[in-house]
Amino acid sequence: MILSQFLVLAAALFAFGVYGLLVRRNLVLILLSVELMLAAVNVNLVAFESYLVTSQAIGQVFAIFVITVAAAEVGIGLAIVLMIFRNRRSANVDDLSLMRW
Amino acid sequence: MTIADWISEPVNWVFSAIGLAVLFSGFRVVTSKNVVHAALYLVGALAGIAALFLVLSAEFVAWSLVLVYIGAVIVLFLFGIMITRAPTGLDVGLDSEHKAVPAVLAVLVFALMSWASIDAFGSASITSTGTPTSTELIGESLLGRFVIPFEVVSFVLLGALIGGITLARRDLTPLEEEERASV
Repeated sequence: MILSQFLVLAAALFAFGVYGLLVRRNLVLILLSVELMLAAVNVNLVAFESYLVTSQAIGQVFAIFVITVAAAEVGIGLAIVLMIFRNRRSANVDDLSLMRW
Repeated sequence: MTIADWISEPVNWVFSAIGLAVLFSGFRVVTSKNVVHAALYLVGALAGIAALFLVLSAEFVAWSLVLVYIGAVIVLFLFGIMITRAPTGLDVGLDSEHKAVPAVLAVLVFALMSWASIDAFGSASITSTGTPTSTELIGESLLGRFVIPFEVVSFVLLGALIGGITLARRDLTPLEEEERASV
């Protein structure tokens, strides 16, 4: 195994996430794309940990932090989407033009 | 390391199989026309990533990924999809019409990141010891060197919990509040 194969795979996943973030118009699907990007970052962290083999497993600890923060982000994100949907009857980002001049 | 060397390692076959599955699932997450399918493809992608973590002998992270993402986050997503009544059938208005610029941007991001990785690390190899990173080590690290971030993250989760409840709660109408007060 070489390190680069994991990094390239993570880069591809991250690029998919970027594409989804820009193309999707449904808020829930945009959050899904963000999850894909965070997962790509986790792949990088764990691969670097296996490459460097730190004495305190720092890469894996950071991956766990990323997972935790991502879970919090999804909870809040979906609550906000729910709130927007309740007020605007839509979860489409193109309809949310209130703050655009 | 030559390509022949790379292919001769059986672990790389496993990596290729899982990697292709992850890439396919990831691609379908952002292109699927069906919202529920997109969420379920994310399950596939994350399961593949957890398998890659097992290949990298990161057992604890792999299982917490399965537990947190596949067990909890995806369920939240499915709830979100069903509550917002996102179009669950084939739908035309799910994606923006302007796909060329995001596609070019994504390819550029991929090219830049993979070029930088390959340029920096080349064929630096990971020597897998075969023994998984012990959970004891991660626990000692979490409650030793990283105890402050650990506590901060627990407050983040608490804040997210309270914030989520507050945001998603339906406010009572004045009439309902009166009724409740009279009881």
